[in-house]
Amino acid sequence: MTNRTEKGAVLLSIKGLKIQGFSDEKWHDIINGVDLTLHAGEVLGLIGESGAGKSTLGLAAMGYTQPGCRITEGEIIFDGVDLAKLSDEGKRKLWGNRMAYVAQSAAASFNPAHRLIVQTTASSIRAGIKSRESAYEDAKQLYDVLNLPDPDHIGDRYPHQVSGGQLQRVMTAMAMSPRPDLLVFDEPTTALDVTTQVEVLASMRSIVEEFNTAAIYITHDLAVVAQMADVIKVLRYGYEVEEAPTRQMLSAPEQAYTKSLWSVRALEKPQQAVQASVLSLKGIEARYGAEKVLHNVNIEVPKGSTVAIVGESGSGKSTIARVITGLLPQTSGIVQFAGEDLPPALANRSKDQKRRIQMIYQMADTAINPRQTVREIIGRPLEFYLGMRGGTTTKRVVDLLEMIELDAGFLERLPEELSGGQKQRICIARALAAEPEFIICDEVTSALDQIVQEGILKLLLRLQKELGLTYLFITHDISTVKAIADQVVVMNKGEVVEQGLKTDVFQPPHPDYTALLLSSVPEMDPDWLSNLISKRQMVAG
Amino acid sequence: MKIKTNIYSALGEVSSVYDRRSIWTRSLISLRKAPYTARFGMVIIFGYMLVAIFAPILAPYGEAQVFPKPYAPWSSDYIFGTDQIGRDIFSRMIYGARNTVGIAVATTILAFLIGGVLGLAAAINRSWLDQVLSRSVDVLMAIPSLIFALVLLSIFGSTVSNLIIIIAVLDSTRVYRLTRAVSLNVVVMDYVEAARLRGEGLGWIMRREILPNIMPPLIAEFGLRFCFVFLTIAALSFLGIGIQPPTADWGSMVRENASLIMFAQYDLKAGLTPLLPAAAIALLTVAINFVVDWFLHKTSGLRDDQ
Repeated sequence: MTNRTEKGAVLLSIKGLKIQGFSDEKWHDIINGVDLTLHAGEVLGLIGESGAGKSTLGLAAMGYTQPGCRITEGEIIFDGVDLAKLSDEGKRKLWGNRMAYVAQSAAASFNPAHRLIVQTTASSIRAGIKSRESAYEDAKQLYDVLNLPDPDHIGDRYPHQVSGGQLQRVMTAMAMSPRPDLLVFDEPTTALDVTTQVEVLASMRSIVEEFNTAAIYITHDLAVVAQMADVIKVLRYGYEVEEAPTRQMLSAPEQAYTKSLWSVRALEKPQQAVQASVLSLKGIEARYGAEKVLHNVNIEVPKGSTVAIVGESGSGKSTIARVITGLLPQTSGIVQFAGEDLPPALANRSKDQKRRIQMIYQMADTAINPRQTVREIIGRPLEFYLGMRGGTTTKRVVDLLEMIELDAGFLERLPEELSGGQKQRICIARALAAEPEFIICDEVTSALDQIVQEGILKLLLRLQKELGLTYLFITHDISTVKAIADQVVVMNKGEVVEQGLKTDVFQPPHPDYTALLLSSVPEMDPDWLSNLISKRQMVAG
Repeated sequence: MKIKTNIYSALGEVSSVYDRRSIWTRSLISLRKAPYTARFGMVIIFGYMLVAIFAPILAPYGEAQVFPKPYAPWSSDYIFGTDQIGRDIFSRMIYGARNTVGIAVATTILAFLIGGVLGLAAAINRSWLDQVLSRSVDVLMAIPSLIFALVLLSIFGSTVSNLIIIIAVLDSTRVYRLTRAVSLNVVVMDYVEAARLRGEGLGWIMRREILPNIMPPLIAEFGLRFCFVFLTIAALSFLGIGIQPPTADWGSMVRENASLIMFAQYDLKAGLTPLLPAAAIALLTVAINFVVDWFLHKTSGLRDDQ
């Protein structure tokens, strides 16, 4: 066994680290001289928007740089050894032994051809820390600590036979198997539903505490980091903005940037008076093949307001969008828009009907064509619906770009030259170009960092006020709902569980499912997770 | 121009670092990084193109000019000697570049037009059209293409236009398969759905939304397909039903002078003569493959250190 460091001793110290990445024929700075100290048994939260260098720094803490990156300056001292100068052979001895990594997408990180327990124990057995039998025995115990169902046998399954949340916990077990001194979590819960996220967070925290492991927790979700970390470090543009113990950081951030990060969750739309419906769904049923995915759904969307549809993945909320747009004709029921019945199939709708309902997608990356410039992307609906040509189109595109807080400098850019938030703004501009009355927003902020989310939500609110737009907002994030919605529809398994004004739905009493959903949303209080767990245990006990 | 303030703005978001360069400077950069094999390939292809374009200027004699000296040896008058009826082999090889390569290029382009358009349409439609096209392609592919081409050419006659159309149709089945397969990955993207929701027609979706995204594999396939077409034409000519005399063509030149190989024990140069057009075919094929390999590696997105 390795010589375990005592709690409180310095385990890892990074001094003046600079990392450069090679892209487009040049070396660019990614990390510009960051210092970091991690004590044994301590959890450090790294937060920042995308491009801040947090993942690069997290990996560098293990002495690893991604292909195309290089460490130019600084030292990474792990337990007395400088990883920046250590040979690959030397680093391989540490990896998967004294330090381990938990990746964001567990589904993409497991080998689908091997059983889970084989993958969980592979590195311990390879490094000779444990015999095969004791490693298997230990893995089963870890599964138990991590609250996985049937810990004795779940290891015999293959990755596709367990859920995403379970897989993420198995990956944590894999990382813990050799009892490392250092764990690096890279956004481990970002891809999970809120209700699953709570369970995964709780088991990760308990295992880190139980084995007194030091960890670096990388995330852009402030509420999550508040539950996990002892110390929080904020990064931006590869520089450190601020570092402080969690409670101090949450209650009294010093830098303006940190404060702006903290204020994101305070956004809340005031309740509006209800107007006449612009869109109504009456008794909608829809099927994928033989499987019925929507059961008798009735939703009214008042003009000029925002209706949020909330639910976990698989609840049928995206299917509603497909029915409204005509991509999936309903098997029974009526979609009424502005007083007239919409033909179920897209092919039977008129150009004007198509123009008046626009859609914004979750993944801006796949929603805009990577080979078209911003001018072409936004200009096409103008030419297609409104018959604009040449100079008029360009002028209108610039107007639209300014409306979404970008400028004419973006006209000739390709999507790969835009950040995630900018891409989503381009998608919004494309929808606006058609001069619609009704916009369906399908999880438009869930792939974005929180500060960028706030920017997008504020933009949508402003546009609604200026242009009198009606939104149907599909999301699983309750704080987004608070920020933007007037009315809320809660869905589960293809049925509407509860619907009404936001103020009413968020007030108790709740149906069981709404209560579970609401209580699972992480709050900025560092005690939130502990309180929630003890409350749920009391109820269960 | 990164705005480094402490307040969030949409303009200041970090995106991937990128300098706008013209297509010209971009291609210069990638050319400079090209491996030696690819450079060699490009030089060879460029040389073939020059020869094909300037054939009448470069060739000392006419394509079908007959001299009263059949099977003349290599000499200063006839650099590679003359063939069985006394035509200058060197001149015919130069004209052959124009004929064989020209016909192969035309055939490949036609094959890509047919296969590409049908493949795209099938990928977007995904219903009855896809079924009809895919099954007909299966039928065509079930018959060995060289034998099928032989049969069709015997029925319709070996004119240049027949040759181009028949080989193009037979080869378009492979192009169809590839186009359909790579398009299917693009068709499921949200931007194609967005275009459909907008009400765009099939033509626009094919041309503007999908085609630009599947160009790299198609261009690579163009190079490989060209080689196959080229070899098929040469093979058909060798069998006597490809390009018809007196048009000079490398495939038929191999066949016509094949008997010379038996004289290698008396005159090595005479024995080499039928191999010259064969070597011209081989060199071009290898050169194109070098370039295609490099192009595939480049578009695969792998870095050099991976």
